Formats: sequence, C-alpha cells, structure tokens
Amino acid sequence: MAAVELDEGAAPAADGDGIRRRDFINIAAVSAAGVGGLALLYPLINQMNPSADVLALASIEVDIAAIEEGQAIKTIWRKQPIFIRHLTTAERAAADAVDVSSLRDPQTLADRTVEGHRQWLITLGVCTHLGCVPLGAAEGENRGEYGGYFCPCHGSHYDTAGRIRKGPAPSNLEVPEFEFKTDTVVQIG
Amino acid sequence: MSFPWAEVYRPKNPLMRWVDERLPLPRLVYNAVGKGYPVPRNLNYAYNFGVLAGLALVIQIVTGIVLAMHFEPSAAGAFASTEHIMRDVNSGWFLRYAHSNGASFFFIVTYIHIFRGLYYGSYKAPREMVWLLGLVIFLLMMATAFMGYVLPWGQMSFWGAKVITGLFGAIPVIGEPIQTWLLGGFAPDHATLTRFFSLHYLLPFVIAGVVILHIWALHIPGSTNPTGVDVKTPQDTLPFHPYYTAKDGWFAGLCITLYAAVVFFWPNFLGHADNYIPANPLSTPAEIVPEWYFWPFYAILRAFTVDFILPAKLWGVLAMFSSILLLFFLPWLDKSPVRSGSYRPKFRIFFWVLIADVAVLGYCGGLPAAEPYVMLSQVATIYYFAHFLIILPILSMVERTLPLPNSISESVLHGEEAEAAPIDLGDATPAKA
Repeated sequence: MAAVELDEGAAPAADGDGIRRRDFINIAAVSAAGVGGLALLYPLINQMNPSADVLALASIEVDIAAIEEGQAIKTIWRKQPIFIRHLTTAERAAADAVDVSSLRDPQTLADRTVEGHRQWLITLGVCTHLGCVPLGAAEGENRGEYGGYFCPCHGSHYDTAGRIRKGPAPSNLEVPEFEFKTDTVVQIG
Repeated sequence: MSFPWAEVYRPKNPLMRWVDERLPLPRLVYNAVGKGYPVPRNLNYAYNFGVLAGLALVIQIVTGIVLAMHFEPSAAGAFASTEHIMRDVNSGWFLRYAHSNGASFFFIVTYIHIFRGLYYGSYKAPREMVWLLGLVIFLLMMATAFMGYVLPWGQMSFWGAKVITGLFGAIPVIGEPIQTWLLGGFAPDHATLTRFFSLHYLLPFVIAGVVILHIWALHIPGSTNPTGVDVKTPQDTLPFHPYYTAKDGWFAGLCITLYAAVVFFWPNFLGHADNYIPANPLSTPAEIVPEWYFWPFYAILRAFTVDFILPAKLWGVLAMFSSILLLFFLPWLDKSPVRSGSYRPKFRIFFWVLIADVAVLGYCGGLPAAEPYVMLSQVATIYYFAHFLIILPILSMVERTLPLPNSISESVLHGEEAEAAPIDLGDATPAKA
C-alpha cells in the first residue's frame, strides 16, 4: 500500500486535471458491477410474467352452431368468462336505434361485431367496473334495464350491444380479438 | 467492539446525522464493514471466502424465493412443476440452475472457509465462539441442502430422502418411530415433501440469523491473520472499506465468473442424471449417491461393515454424526498456543494429509460401495478421527514451532513474498504466543 501511495504523490495525473488511473478503475469496476446487478433484475422480474404454458392457452376455438337466436353461452378464455350471444333482429335494431353520441363509451354495434356475422356479439364476461361476471348470458337471468347484461355487484346495466348504459362501469364490455374460421367456428384470441 | 484506533462515525450530511441519532443503523454498517472496522493488513486470498459464503447465501435466498413462486410442493405436482420451471417459466431454467449450482458453490466456498480456519487456527482462543457458530451454520446448511435436493421429487430425491431418514432408523428402540415421524408415513410421500418444502424455506433465514451472530462474535476480537499474531498497533490494520471491500469485490467478481460459467455451460455437471426420472417408490436407482458435498460423510457412513457390540448400521451413523460433532471440540483438542500453520512445520504436513484424507473420503463416497473403495474409506475414516483425537493433541504438546514475528506490520514490511512466512527459518527457537 505504501508503495502505491508514494506513486500517487510522485506522479500526478499526466493530463493535469487531477484524474488518476485509480479513479478510472474505480468508476469502471463499480459501473460494471452496477450494470451487471441491474441486468440480473431482468430474469428475477420477468419470471412473474405469464409462462409459456399459460400463453399457449391464450387462444381457443368455439363451435357456435348450436346457439339459437336470442341465446348466449359462457365459455372460458384466458381463465376469464367469455359471452357469445346470438342477437335477435329486434335486439340488433334496439342497439342500432341508440344515439351513439349519448353513450358513455361511444361505439356502434357495427364497431363491436364483424362484417357478415353481425348477429354474433362476443364480449368478455367481465364487468369493466371491478371485474364481476354480469348476469344475462344464461336463460332466465336478469338482463338489466336495457335487455343486455346486468352486473349484480354494483348495478351496471349493459345494453344488447354490451355497451354500458347505467351504473358505475366506465366502459363497454370488452370485445376480444376474434376471427370466424367458418360460419360456425370462431377463434378467440 | 473494535480496536481503539477505529475511525468513529461522524456523518456530515444532516439527514444522516438525524437518522443516526434515532436509529444508528448507518453507524452499525460503518463499524461492521466500513471505515470503522480495522482489519489486519496482511490477510491473503484465503480470507475472502467468508464474504463469498455470505454472497452465496444471498444468491440462494433470492433465487429460492423466486423458484418457490412456481414450485408445487406435492407428490403429484413437484416433478412436473420443476419441469414447468425449466421449460415454461420465463428464465426459469436460469433461476433453477443458478439455485442448484448455487448450492454447490455455497459448499465449495464454505469448505475452503473451514479449511482456512483449520490452517490458521481461527478456532483458537479468543475465537472459539466464532468457530462453534460456524459449525452450527454448516449443520443448518447440510439440512437445508438435503431437503432442497428432495424437492424436485426425482429418483435421487426420493431415495435420498429414504436413505437419510433411514439413518435415524438406526437408533435402537426409538429409531423406527422417529423415522416414521420424520417422514409423516412409512416411506417418503406427500407429507414428507410438504414438510421438507416448509423447512427448506425456513432454514435459510435461520442460517442468516446465525450468520449475524457469527459475524458479531468475529468482530469482537477481529479476524485472525496469516501470521496468527495479535493486532498490536494501528500499523497492523487497514480499514475494511475501501481496502477489503475492494479486494472482496474483485475476488467475488472472479468467483461469480466461474459460477456463471458452470450455470450456463455445465449446469448438470455436479448433478445426477437419475434425478430427471420421476420418483418411483418401487425401483431404487442402480447407484444411489448424495450430492458431491456429502460424499466424505457418506463414505464414513458406509465404512462400517461389521457388527461389533453395536450393529454396523448404528456405527456408521454414529461415526458420520461424530465426524462433525467432533469439530465442536476442536478448540480444546488443539492446545498449541501458536495459531498459524505457517509457524507449525509438523502441523502443516498433517493439515495437508487431512485435506488429502477428506479428498479420498469424498472420492470413495461418490463411488459404489465395492472393494477397494470400502477398505479405502475405512482407512481414511480411521485417519480422520485420528487426526483430531490423537495427532492434534500430541502435536500441540511436542511440536517445536517457528519464531513468530513481533508484529503484523513487521512481517509485512520485511517483504511481500514472505508476508505469512517465518522471519528466520534458521532460528528454530520455540515461539511465544
């Protein structure tokens, strides 16, 4: 140690601004350790993201041939309920009759369904308020004041297009990504 | 708890002063691993391994907590969830390999740490408590590592659990009820796995607690040093920070590089292939061995093959446990007042013979129980006990030790090469402690 200290006294930095070789080594070493430590955080944090087996179940195919007009089914997608509803002509007309600009979350029925399959309303069965499952998909359940879905937790009413009409929910029931494989098979996700 | 010339903590920042008056935690850190802890200036690289063991404990706890988020402690799900970690969980393969090889590295650095203590007489007065607490940590580590190895519920896990709990079955009369109690059944099953998981999660925190006591006890007299001579003046010491933080940091970087190389390129080198076969209670693997760090003890266990008054099985178990319990008496078995092996020419020879002996035991413990390895284990086991019970007590009475330097600084200043070596090898007068 003594020898090193003597060197420092005898030979100040060559460039004259007081930066020594040891300062450089110190900063480089501590930075490398710091960057390495931060890089290690990535696997430690990323491990909590959905794993490969969870992501593998992220898309499902549903056969909808048996759903009669006016009926709806519940199925499960990404561990969450999905409502697939075969709208009647009257329900579609009721949804189209609403003045979109008067809605809390302005969307038309056409925005929420796809061309050629306008009678199929596919939404997440998760209330956008706090995540309860709304009633109205099964036979005989309360469909709320607008004939769509009704969330019993905090009283949100959704209409026949799954749009929020009354109650605390901030937005319409979410429409997942979906695609009709054939006329009777739909792939969700 | 330090030398009188230790720097005193005087925070300049008013916020730190405010904190220090209310909770002197910064002061504690400063006095434990900062400028306020003077350390002998002549410590060599052998003294880095305590810090490395602490680092290994941190790595094991961090990776272990993360793995526990994905592991399913059930006889039906343990093996599958381990494979789920390897294949599905993001970076799961890395975390599991870091944890399983982390255990091996933990034992490597701990064994070096223990042998360093044996060579430099770190167990001698006034540091007996440091040594005893260290042995408690070692026992806890072995229990934790064993239970961790059972968790993946492969063939080695299952049969390891069966064999190790079978050790308790060797105790006369109460042995079998104890084994049944440990397992929660008549063979390892769901109940065994869940209790092992619970304890495997608990014990590392107990270890961390005993580590704090170990360091606390160490910091009262301070570290030994390669000369074994007590610190006498401020010239004998350097502050822990920045001198030893820098040295520990650099050496930790080097060792982490080696560890990372194993984790990334030879992750299964230290493991056993049979543990990738799901546990099968109806079929024992052809060759059943514990993890490498238990091999020396496993060799001692198997060295007893003949009934002599007591059954051979009981002798093996007693010898295996005694081989560690014996170390608790070491401070009183080695009475030599000279600490460092560098000044004890005969002790030094026997020290290296002991290392070779433990290596032989380890080698035999990893092989099938067949001749000539059984015979070799028997000889090595006898020597192991003889070293501590016969050789060390006699040596400490008859050995002519070499003259000690007057002080650490004198030994340092007389040349870098000879920092730990006797000043004058020619003058063989007995040393005074």
